[in-house]
Amino acid sequence: MSGTDAPPPIAPASDAPAPDAPVAGTSLWRDARRRLLRNRLAVFGLVVVAIVLTASLVGPAIIEWTTGNTYDSIPADRSRIRALPPFTGVDGRFSWEHPMGTDILGRDILARVLLGGRISLMVGIISTVVSLVIGVAYGATAGYVGGRVDEAMMRVVDVLYAVPYMMIVIVLLALFGGQSPLGQLVLLFVSLGAVSWLTMARIVRGQVLSLKNQEFVLAARATGVRATRIVARHLVPNALGPVVVYATLTIPSVMLLEAFLSFLGLGVQAPLASWGSLAAEGVQNMAVFPWQLICPGATMGITLFSLNFIGDGLRDALDPQMRKS
Amino acid sequence: MLRFILRRLFVTVPMVLVVVSLTWGLIRLAPGNFYTGEKPIPPAIEQNLRQRYGLDRPWYVQYGRMLGSVAAGDFGISLHYIGQPVNGILASALPVSALLGALSYLLALVVGVAAGVLAALRQNSRLDYASMTAAMVGISLPNFVLGPVLVLVFALSWYWLPPARWNGFGINLILPVVTLSAVYMAYVARLARSGMLEVLRSNYIRTARAKGLPERTVLLRHAVRGGLLPVVSFSGPALAFLITGAVVVERIFALPGLGNYFINANLNRDEPLIIGIVAFTSIAVLVFNLLVDVAYAFVDPRVRY
Repeated sequence: MSGTDAPPPIAPASDAPAPDAPVAGTSLWRDARRRLLRNRLAVFGLVVVAIVLTASLVGPAIIEWTTGNTYDSIPADRSRIRALPPFTGVDGRFSWEHPMGTDILGRDILARVLLGGRISLMVGIISTVVSLVIGVAYGATAGYVGGRVDEAMMRVVDVLYAVPYMMIVIVLLALFGGQSPLGQLVLLFVSLGAVSWLTMARIVRGQVLSLKNQEFVLAARATGVRATRIVARHLVPNALGPVVVYATLTIPSVMLLEAFLSFLGLGVQAPLASWGSLAAEGVQNMAVFPWQLICPGATMGITLFSLNFIGDGLRDALDPQMRKS
Repeated sequence: MLRFILRRLFVTVPMVLVVVSLTWGLIRLAPGNFYTGEKPIPPAIEQNLRQRYGLDRPWYVQYGRMLGSVAAGDFGISLHYIGQPVNGILASALPVSALLGALSYLLALVVGVAAGVLAALRQNSRLDYASMTAAMVGISLPNFVLGPVLVLVFALSWYWLPPARWNGFGINLILPVVTLSAVYMAYVARLARSGMLEVLRSNYIRTARAKGLPERTVLLRHAVRGGLLPVVSFSGPALAFLITGAVVVERIFALPGLGNYFINANLNRDEPLIIGIVAFTSIAVLVFNLLVDVAYAFVDPRVRY
């Protein structure tokens, strides 16, 4: 264990003996944060994601409070039930009322995009957590137990890699979905999480394999710490860097899968909306009302772009070896 | 090498069995049936339908029959496209998907490798930043947004290209192929760049330069071969991704490919067609992965099986 690999301060309970105490102020995580904040693209990504996250959390409430529009409020005034371009009032003149325009039912697209963002981000984060739990548990077990068990468990992962799993997810959602919007969401979380843990398992296993024969693990074992505790308190915290990086990169890829399924009409069901289902609605009228496709599509593109930059930035920050390239 | 191929082919059989059984189980566990619609049908007709399609037999007989059909490579008659054999549908849809996939992969490979290698050779130049930002956009922009926007611009505003429909090999394919290949182009460019960067710093390149080889030879004979290994190994997963991406692209551009049929089959609960497409694509993906691994051994002299 070199100086830069010091146990992360995130898990202070980890009683792994630091072999050579890090020089003050240069712990891996503080160092990484400094490097991350120097990466302009990553900072840009962080800012954008923070804005999108805040906007989709508090935005719908603000819009409802100031304009009375919610994501499913169809105007009572029948003359307003029509698609308006961005920044246009019913009279055809400039207006702040609908910055992203309205859809054919007169619903405010900004409110729908922000609410769709809530669902999309929620699916991304929860499914990533599901995949994180499965992947870390599986990879850590395989790596720590080792031998035949490891061989068998990793062979299973190899096999699953080659399976066109999205087809099974499509079958699952098409046949079991459509009962209730909430049930469909839970189905999405679980199925997307269940298909995206493979790489995480490989990464964690690799880390655990390289850590488990080090002195601090030997010391823990010698003092009679149980295997589950060694894995949970000593090995996993030390493998956190790559896990964090990969989890950050999993969020946009899962969001993309969710949008893909919602676009096909298999994901989020009305009255709930996600960026994918909004884009699907937009595509139907895109020749006449292009903003209905472009507004949710661009919001999603920018968010995923930013999340990917954060992931890349984190990888560069946490892995100084890569940085030198 | 031969032993490796045989062993891998041997593993393929249980894998396809598992995938097909899982799909079949899901279809059977799901509520409803292919004939349940808006209106309830008379019990006598239901009885006849169940008998006609063998649904009145015990589940293990039906399961066995399904496995038999997969083993024989004859997936039976579609439940929705009445009277049409699934094999016939597969035979008509396969060329569409295969052409779309092959052209997209080729385009991704050519453009991605060129961009990635150039970016690596001129590291930290403006070209490098531009192509890597473009690659990031390609990865982040969903193809169901990119596709319709391309249609909007090139077909509905400028009238340069046809917006949709299958018309064999021709200009109808340009927009679908570009849409489908954008993501892979981006991945290939990133992989090629990082692979080349790593190789260019390695000792054997220094050796090649030290013995006075012209830069051209160093790059083309030595660096590219090692630097593009990640691209080769990405080809396996890429096929699985292509199949998923093709589902959306075929839908947007109204192409009668496997993906389009697959979605419809699921919505219609057309069991033989679902099983047929799942079995066919899993076998295709597995065999393709095997081919990639074999190719890898030829490209990388360090790999031994």
